[in-house]
Amino acid sequence: MTRIIWILAVLLSHWRRHPMQLATLLIGLISATALWSGVQALNQQARDSYDRAAATFGGARTAMLVGRNGATFPQQLFVDLRRAGWPVSPVVEGRIQIGGRSLRLLGIEPVTLPAEVGNAPTIGRTGLQSFVTPPGEMLVAPETLSDLDLTEGTAPSASDGTLLPPLRVQAQLVPGVLVVDIGIAQRLLKMPDQLSRLLVGKAKGKRVPLENVVGDRLQLVEPDAESDLERLTDSFHLNLTAFGLLSFVVGLFIVNSAIGLAFEQRLPMLRTLRACGVSARMLNVVLVVELVSLALVAGVIGLICGYLIAASLLPDVAASLRGLYGAQIPGQLTLKGEWWIAGIVISIVGALAAATTSLAKAIRLPVLATAQPYAWQQAQHRWLIFQSALALAVLAAAAGILWYGDSLISGFAVLAALLLGAALGLPAIVEVVLSFSQRSAHRAVAVWFWADARQQLSGLSLALMALLLALAVNVGVSTMVETFSRTFSGWLDGRLAADVYLIASDDTQATEIKAWLRQRPEVEAMLPSGRAETQIGGEPIEILGLSDHATYRDHWPLLQSTANAWIRLRPGDTGLISEQLARRLKLAIGDRIEVPAPGGNWTLEVVGIYADYGNPKGQIAVNIDALTRRFPAIPQTRLALRVAPAAAPALISSLQSKFGLDGRNLVDQATLKAESTRIFNRTFAVTAALNTFTLGVAGVALLTSLLTLGNSRLPQLAPLWAIGITRRRLAAIELLKTMSVALITTLLALPLGLLVAWCLIAVVNVKAFGWRLPFHIFPLQLLELVGVAMAAALLAALIPVLKLARMQPANLVKIFADER
Amino acid sequence: MRDKVLISRRAFTAGVALLGLGGNGARAQGFAGLGITAEGFSPVIPGKTFAFPEDHGPHPDYRIEWWYVTANLADTTGVAYGAQWTLFRLASRPGAQQEGWANQQIWMGHAAVTRADTHRYSEAFARGGIGQAGVDPKPFRAWIDAWEMRGSDRTRDHTIAPLELTASGADFSYALRLDTDRALVLQGDAGYSKKSERGQASYYFSQPYFKATGSIAIDDKPVEVTGQAWMDREWSTQPLASDQTGWDWFSLHLSSGEKLMLFRLRQTDGNNYASGSWILSDGKTEQIASADIDMVPKTLTDLAGRKIPVGWQISIPRLALSIESVALNTKSWMGTSFPYWEGPISFKGSHAGVGYLEMTGY
Amino acid sequence: MATGKPIVLSVRNLTKTYRSAGEQIVVLRGVNLSIAAGERVALTGESGSGKSTLLHLIAGLDAPDGGEIRLADTSVSDLTDAGRAALRRDRLGLVFQQFNLIPSLDVEDNLVFQSRIAGRHDSAWHAELVERLGLGGLLKRYPDQLSGGQQQRVAIGRALAAKPLLLLADEPTGNLDEATADDVLALARDLVARTGCGFLMVTHSTRLAATLDRRIHLHAGLVA
Repeated sequence: MTRIIWILAVLLSHWRRHPMQLATLLIGLISATALWSGVQALNQQARDSYDRAAATFGGARTAMLVGRNGATFPQQLFVDLRRAGWPVSPVVEGRIQIGGRSLRLLGIEPVTLPAEVGNAPTIGRTGLQSFVTPPGEMLVAPETLSDLDLTEGTAPSASDGTLLPPLRVQAQLVPGVLVVDIGIAQRLLKMPDQLSRLLVGKAKGKRVPLENVVGDRLQLVEPDAESDLERLTDSFHLNLTAFGLLSFVVGLFIVNSAIGLAFEQRLPMLRTLRACGVSARMLNVVLVVELVSLALVAGVIGLICGYLIAASLLPDVAASLRGLYGAQIPGQLTLKGEWWIAGIVISIVGALAAATTSLAKAIRLPVLATAQPYAWQQAQHRWLIFQSALALAVLAAAAGILWYGDSLISGFAVLAALLLGAALGLPAIVEVVLSFSQRSAHRAVAVWFWADARQQLSGLSLALMALLLALAVNVGVSTMVETFSRTFSGWLDGRLAADVYLIASDDTQATEIKAWLRQRPEVEAMLPSGRAETQIGGEPIEILGLSDHATYRDHWPLLQSTANAWIRLRPGDTGLISEQLARRLKLAIGDRIEVPAPGGNWTLEVVGIYADYGNPKGQIAVNIDALTRRFPAIPQTRLALRVAPAAAPALISSLQSKFGLDGRNLVDQATLKAESTRIFNRTFAVTAALNTFTLGVAGVALLTSLLTLGNSRLPQLAPLWAIGITRRRLAAIELLKTMSVALITTLLALPLGLLVAWCLIAVVNVKAFGWRLPFHIFPLQLLELVGVAMAAALLAALIPVLKLARMQPANLVKIFADER
Repeated sequence: MRDKVLISRRAFTAGVALLGLGGNGARAQGFAGLGITAEGFSPVIPGKTFAFPEDHGPHPDYRIEWWYVTANLADTTGVAYGAQWTLFRLASRPGAQQEGWANQQIWMGHAAVTRADTHRYSEAFARGGIGQAGVDPKPFRAWIDAWEMRGSDRTRDHTIAPLELTASGADFSYALRLDTDRALVLQGDAGYSKKSERGQASYYFSQPYFKATGSIAIDDKPVEVTGQAWMDREWSTQPLASDQTGWDWFSLHLSSGEKLMLFRLRQTDGNNYASGSWILSDGKTEQIASADIDMVPKTLTDLAGRKIPVGWQISIPRLALSIESVALNTKSWMGTSFPYWEGPISFKGSHAGVGYLEMTGY
Repeated sequence: MATGKPIVLSVRNLTKTYRSAGEQIVVLRGVNLSIAAGERVALTGESGSGKSTLLHLIAGLDAPDGGEIRLADTSVSDLTDAGRAALRRDRLGLVFQQFNLIPSLDVEDNLVFQSRIAGRHDSAWHAELVERLGLGGLLKRYPDQLSGGQQQRVAIGRALAAKPLLLLADEPTGNLDEATADDVLALARDLVARTGCGFLMVTHSTRLAATLDRRIHLHAGLVA
């Protein structure tokens, strides 16, 4: 043991003498671990929330019986099924409004609730009586309680004035859900003796076949390992994971170059150790121990940084997920023990992976140094050919996946292969450019300049590859984000063409408001709208009822349509469908779609397809009158108003004071637009933040590569100094060389980045969100990025160059004195 | 005594478990609470005139009630079986019966089958008011989920026979037909059964003369069985004194044709309150006073971390009775929400026969 | 040959062939030699005569094709890599032309390093070595702050710190000027005498070879 410690101490002494190298290694490992773990923390946080949601009384984790067409059904079916041996428990679900906030109200039956229904509230036994006995109790997540600005124990009133049961906090509950006893829920939701679904517990004995009990009125939905939310948000998390992985890889590039250099420099030391009687196995063990210890230290620091990154990004992530998918994520980061362990493991695995070649070299290290002339050029040439061949193979794979793949994963695989192929091909391309420059140079120093740049290539190529990846992804993502925000604001202008939007609390109030508005001269038009929900192919679909009015005809943005699409909506046998729905159901103009409606299926001909950015559900737009005929139960409380813009504020305040409407159910166009834009900007806020991190890591990679190269460059530079080139000039040449290599890389990154953007827009987004954006290029943005990249390269090159410029002549002289 | 629990026979299990009086520590207090706050429910007073079929149905004015059947059976090769079917009713609060989910009755069912080598059980819960569980006096029907004790138009009020009895769990099921032509037997003092010297009591009658035939399936392997069964009907509001911790209850079929019901309520002071009925084959009963009963645990077994007396020495000198009982299966543990021991036994000595033993509060 | 002293090294019929560019180069053709405790032997020969190879084989840095090497009672050729490493650690001292100090350790740590991993550190002997090698004022310096002669003195100190049976030196003065070389070699001779170990030094200098007890000349892979 003391032997190992002594050998370890000798190995570690290297880092004491080369702190910069150690810093590089640690920075690489820390940034790799930090970004990866940060992203994992975010994903874990979100997934935990989905799990909570899925496990809440018959989320997707429990087998369920539901009515045909998702309709409610009579309670007697529950009794009949129990009598037939089915271990079912009833649930009724609806929405109620408290303080203008719409919340999901779940009515459960605690006595029959299957024990295996996930985190059932701990009503347990102690609280059963108070839960079921009127007024009962309303269970609420702590987050929702504070959102509502209420305290535990108070009995809030619904927006329609109904007194609700007193609130009781239930920590495991999903935010946004209120849970009451089934009897209370039926009363609050005005659904006497009606049920929304039955949870199926573990069978306790024989049960009569379902059809014999309920006929075809109910259907069994098997439990789903993946909840709806998980499916919907998969793309978002994949996106995050992809970035985390990219940062991880870039970080490992740094680690790889730092470890590679350290091993190279320590080879004589390793030989001496062997000569002094350290066995090869012992040496390898100690090398691994050293690496693992460093990875442990870096892992812990990386995890702390990762935690901080996750905590700072969480609000944006939560906002994105809420805006995009309606998923409720608590804003407080809670991490499990597994996360910490996984982070340490990934750090160690990453370090070992990055050190593989170096370790392999050390393991095979001959004790006797064989003096071989280092034919760098020949070696580099062979390596370049091999790497280029690999690059071509990977790019061919990218093309293949693009051609045959049809999923989000394949979209990301195309991206990954594209980036990897380009990165692998980079050194060869730079080599071609450099050797061309060398051939066309005439002055001696210029020829040396290019030749030397070529020789430096092998040392720099990893850093350049990292830079290329980071830049390309940056170009891709910023192009996508910019495209998105332009497209979105144009689209929003069309969609939000009315001036004031209001939702009455119920039909009675809606009628009153309409009557009142008819008396107001400044109201140019009243456009009632309505929403119904149904399911097609097991997925929820929104049906939107629109008034037949020029406001929509002139502004509503249609991607494709038949002639007179709006006129054709009037009879109620046609509909416009959202792009998402069109893609999912593979529908085109002229196709027919069967929409389950209360009175039987409603057949609609597709006469137009419109963009519906950011909506996870498919949507169908129909004439409002047709909608209310088919769905008579929908509340007719939504109203859009055309008002002279100048008169809007006064009208809004009158409406507010007269009908008690507030900002949640009465809003003008500008506010609504601002709110929507804010939500959607946040959608990509995380992507943009990670993007910046990645670019930063690539900058560090470049800096560390240059720093480590700096020392080994002295033997190449010393002869030039000896023949009369000043240190200042040498430094300038070095700087210029780094900058030109970086520039070549950056210029290559631009087309690659645009390819990435295209991939994101045309492949990944379509799979992830169901909509495709028009592709735009933003030259100014690209120029800006070139500037940033060059600044990063300059910054990275500056330290070694300054070191060189200030180097004591004695150090350069020493180069000649040294026999190496 | 792991749980400081006061339970009376059977239904109090349900009451305690369902009404949120569960949780160690809380239970004793909760039960004590049950004893004190019987306000609003009807008291059990002597001198009730029983009326059938009405008294076969529920008595919601009283806090707790049960319909309880145990059967000692054997298949054609003589292998002994036991079967239990119980429906408990508990009112969460007094007052007029509410409609629908607001109904204050909570129902619990227990079913079990026992063989020397195995004991299977299951439980079910339901709220009143919606039809998932309940009891109709005529035609008689008691049910919870798919478990049922059902009479027919042939069922007579004074014998409550014949009946069809069914229940099933994940790994067992049974269907029995119960029949007799003998009348119901009122326990205690004309159906008024004292449970302590301080006024705790219940209304209690039995049908101990059932002949049972039918089939029992364990792990889907059905066997035909025949034997005898015993039904207990009991309801009360404040059945136990606060210092009574548990219960040892025997219902015995003597091979000579007599029936013997015995119970012993254990008290925290170490004393017991015992009572019993000697039921002759012609239906005449003789009450047995506490002082005349000597019940001594003989064999203890470890079950679920408790010491359970599965073998007993019972002597009633006044009846010249001295028997020793053994359990058919000492592991007849009902690991239900509120656990207890209940299973078939046999006995010999001055008299021989079979019966059922229930022990709670250990 | 000094008599009465135990033999620390005996080499019998040692052969070694290298393969290079498809050609077999026979380096050692059956070398026999032995060194007794306290004996100081010079190994001379032209470039390519196999003297460095012989030294490496004795040190267990390479494996012979045939013959036997015995170090005291241990047959080097029978050992595994780990066994040979342990042998080097515990029984041998090695000194090279390039000094091969560990650049990131200071003089003191370089000196104690081998004896530490051998678990044979002896502070009194360490102090004596520092004294005799004249390294007292240099202990906190790093190798790149030392002259060649100083570095080689540290290397000799490291090799002898664990009191080996045999000190092997491969052209230890090759990088030193004549005066320094003489000083360093004199120190080495004294210390060998002090420890009583055997000493085998590869050198091409007949002048330095003459300062040792005996000289073995290798020619064309054989002891001439």
